[in-house]
Amino acid sequence: MSERTIEFEVLRYRPGTDPEPTFQTYRVACQDDWVVLDALNHIKDTIDGTLSYRWSCHMAVCGSCGMQVNGEPKLACKAFVRDYGGRIRVEPLATFPIERDLIVDMDDFLDKLQSVKPWIVREDDAKVTEGEGEYRQKPAELTRYRQFSMCINCMLCYSACPQYALNTDFIGPAALALAHRYNLDGRDQGNEERKDVVASHAGVWDCTFVGQCSAVCPKDVDPAAAIQQGKIAATTDFFLGMLMPKKGDK
Amino acid sequence: MQPTPRKPFSRPWHNDWWLHKRTYALYMIRELTCIALALYAAVVIYGLGRLAEGPEAWTAFVAALRGPGFVTFHLVALVLMVYHTVTWFQLTPKAMPVMRGDDFLPGHYIVGAHFAAWAVVSLVVLVIAGV
Repeated sequence: MSERTIEFEVLRYRPGTDPEPTFQTYRVACQDDWVVLDALNHIKDTIDGTLSYRWSCHMAVCGSCGMQVNGEPKLACKAFVRDYGGRIRVEPLATFPIERDLIVDMDDFLDKLQSVKPWIVREDDAKVTEGEGEYRQKPAELTRYRQFSMCINCMLCYSACPQYALNTDFIGPAALALAHRYNLDGRDQGNEERKDVVASHAGVWDCTFVGQCSAVCPKDVDPAAAIQQGKIAATTDFFLGMLMPKKGDK
Repeated sequence: MQPTPRKPFSRPWHNDWWLHKRTYALYMIRELTCIALALYAAVVIYGLGRLAEGPEAWTAFVAALRGPGFVTFHLVALVLMVYHTVTWFQLTPKAMPVMRGDDFLPGHYIVGAHFAAWAVVSLVVLVIAGV
């Protein structure tokens, strides 16, 4: 297997020591089948043990190793070094505060994710536990939301979203895609509970369809599609609500 | 060993963000085409005003439209609006997926239906206008 020396410019930030992040260059002899994460592991193991970054599965499933590779949000475990030249610039995800080196503060994302209740909400919990204990679905019912259920919470979409960068109140692509995923699920009854967040200004309406969230998604979730469909659903719901007010509506 | 206190660093997001990536720039052009649409709408509304004033004002307005400035403006506005329309139509399968049986209808059918509707409406407008 061929070997090639690549210069990695890695953004370093050590809180309490560095006033601001600065680039540090590492020269690494890379195998042709290495991904950026292999090179980072090599740096940490043999060159500089202080380099900090998140990773876990090394197979694009856990969503931990999201970072900017040459300015593009990528999973470091899916970005092959052979696809790049002799210098590769590695930075933390663009739109989040940097905690340390390549690690970002993801609290805001986790709060937003929780706010859309990304789980199956049932109004009739009791019936389920007393019943057969499973909800059955037809293939078409699964197909409706399957794509949006592939999200691994890697936050690459947030890093590609200029709307989120300019206004961090925006609920953002992944959380809205997951909200839509559950709204489309025939087993779920939480549409009304999610509406206050999803149909709000900071929800789907803050999206201007830049579309880069979908372009960078490593799992082809297409959050932009989910959000546009969410806009149509919110609009339909609004007009139907005016024409046919439900009991109890103000 | 004491853990290092947290001090998250927020990097600035500069106003020229859309100039550094082709896809962002194309998005921004798509958004800015609305200015051409607004100007075109203003010209049409102004024209309606002249029409309401009477035949003389209307004839003068139509004559002015034949000037090189207005012709250039309309050509530029047409190009921008075609860009806007084409890019939006290409995105329609995302916003309005159609299920047939157990699967989604391929996106090009939805895009094609929009182009077909556009052609029909344009034809009707041209027929009404007597072109």
